Amino acid sequence: MKNNFIQFVRKESLHILRDRRTMLVVILMPAVMLMLFGFAISTEVNDVRVAVVAPVRSDGIREAVDRLSRNGCFSFCGYISEQDVDVKLRSGEVLAVVVFDADYDRTLLQAEQNIPVKPPVQIVVDASNTNTASSAALYLQNALSAERPVPTVFETRLLYNPQMKSAYNFVPGIMGVIFILVCAMMTSVSIVREKETGTMEVLLVSPVRPLKIVAAKMIPYLGVSCIMLAVILLLARYVLEIPMSGGVGGIVAVSLLYLVLALALGLFVSTVAQTQVAALLVSAMVMILPMIMLSGMLFPVENMPVVLQGISCCIPARWYISAMRKMMIEGLPVAAVWREIAVLCAMIAVLTGVSLRKFNDKLE
Amino acid sequence: MKKEVVISVRELTKRFGDFTAVDRISFDVFRGEIFGFLGANGAGKTTAMRMLCGLSFPTSGSGTVAGFDVVRSGEKIKRRIGYMSQKFSLYDDLTVMENIRLFAGIYGLSGADTRTRAAELLSRLDFAPERHSLVGSLPLGWKQKLAFSIATLHRPEIVFLDEPTGGVDPVTRRQFWELIYEAADAGTTVFVTTHYMDEAEYCHRVSVMVDGEIRALGTPSELKRQFAAGSMDEVFRILARNAKRGE
Repeated sequence: MKNNFIQFVRKESLHILRDRRTMLVVILMPAVMLMLFGFAISTEVNDVRVAVVAPVRSDGIREAVDRLSRNGCFSFCGYISEQDVDVKLRSGEVLAVVVFDADYDRTLLQAEQNIPVKPPVQIVVDASNTNTASSAALYLQNALSAERPVPTVFETRLLYNPQMKSAYNFVPGIMGVIFILVCAMMTSVSIVREKETGTMEVLLVSPVRPLKIVAAKMIPYLGVSCIMLAVILLLARYVLEIPMSGGVGGIVAVSLLYLVLALALGLFVSTVAQTQVAALLVSAMVMILPMIMLSGMLFPVENMPVVLQGISCCIPARWYISAMRKMMIEGLPVAAVWREIAVLCAMIAVLTGVSLRKFNDKLE
Repeated sequence: MKKEVVISVRELTKRFGDFTAVDRISFDVFRGEIFGFLGANGAGKTTAMRMLCGLSFPTSGSGTVAGFDVVRSGEKIKRRIGYMSQKFSLYDDLTVMENIRLFAGIYGLSGADTRTRAAELLSRLDFAPERHSLVGSLPLGWKQKLAFSIATLHRPEIVFLDEPTGGVDPVTRRQFWELIYEAADAGTTVFVTTHYMDEAEYCHRVSVMVDGEIRALGTPSELKRQFAAGSMDEVFRILARNAKRGE
């Protein structure tokens, strides 16, 4: 009877290979999503167009402007008059304007002698895009005070992600979503598809145990997911240059655990849904949406209302993403994520138990 | 014909809540027989058949298929039967050969057996040139003949056909029935549900189910005599007239 198991795995692999759209999605999705989130949808700012208002061209101001124009984050668009500030910002020609006081140099000297002064520089930023604006303002502040400290009242240090690269944050989130999408959604749809076309009935009339049918379905999807995992990790390491100082072994191990959980979730969905459309809807509405909103992928869990924090505890991706952040970005070892691992294991046990029971009931 | 009983059913009942889908049916089917299981949609044919195949447990009553109890030995029954459902039961995205190999594997045929039987099957159906075509690209009639041949690939004692000829043109239906006759001649018992009454005439014996009960059972000529009808179609209409369940 070993023969029939191999035949099954072969059949499922052929289903995947023959379905070009699925293959395309599987191969391209991780790459496209990583690139999109890593480069296009990034909250970091590059090439901020900055104009300067300077009533005099003193040494101090010239030095400061020089520093700005040498900085890769900004492109210097020249000096403008004070009246033009509004026009230039509105037209979108510049994103920020730095306005120097006429007695900029003297104020700096006073500040060095600890004489209280009013800030000699004003930064005006187009805040129609709040994310870009706040980043740009922060960058400008830092750039201006870099060498000769302008009186600053605060000091910001960005830990773990000193360049504030948004890709760092997105990669674990994307991994959390993609694996659920592929493992859970594709397995559930493929099981339900067989129910719909009637082939499941033929399989159930055969001497093959239902558990075997399901297991055989999962193996090729697990294989596909492993390929995707490898692609994502390679891209993350060599294209997005994420350090992964926590050790790749641990990252892979926890990811495999998460893949198994996603498969169990798919099995569960397939026992609930009767049609492919229902399976897709359940996957999309019940799993993907809350996952994106509540898992901490986009919005930090800590800032949510207590009720939503409670709900987010039930979302597998939350634990996985948190573990991946710790290991990939903070560089912690596997031991530091034991809590996440324990929760994932418990979820696997519960889901598999419930869905196997439901699956057997369905045979009746 | 030898009168060896291969399916024996007594008072078999299936209830879903308040609804009695199959109501105390009893009958015997003999080896090598083509047994037509007739009834309108919703009469309970498919539910009854699912119980015989071990897909569903009866609420009460008993039955044996190929000598095994339908309640306790469902797994043993599954090894000895073939099944073809009213929905098309092969994989469209696999080739003819891949489908054959899959189902041979499921029923535990050895590699050598699979090869010889596959070759035999392809030559009988004149399918050899198509063996590497995707099943989805074949015409419906061909698919159905292939599905039947694959359902009998492991030489089951009994083959269950659930409305196998739905949506097929008369010529292909005729060819399909030739395959059924061949299988019956080779000793396979054929248990077939249909609502084409002309097909009922081809069966050795038929039963007619109405509202979950078997209202008539016998050879087509016996039934026609009993109901003083010219055709099975008429017999069926006389019986179905007092049906309470709608379509």
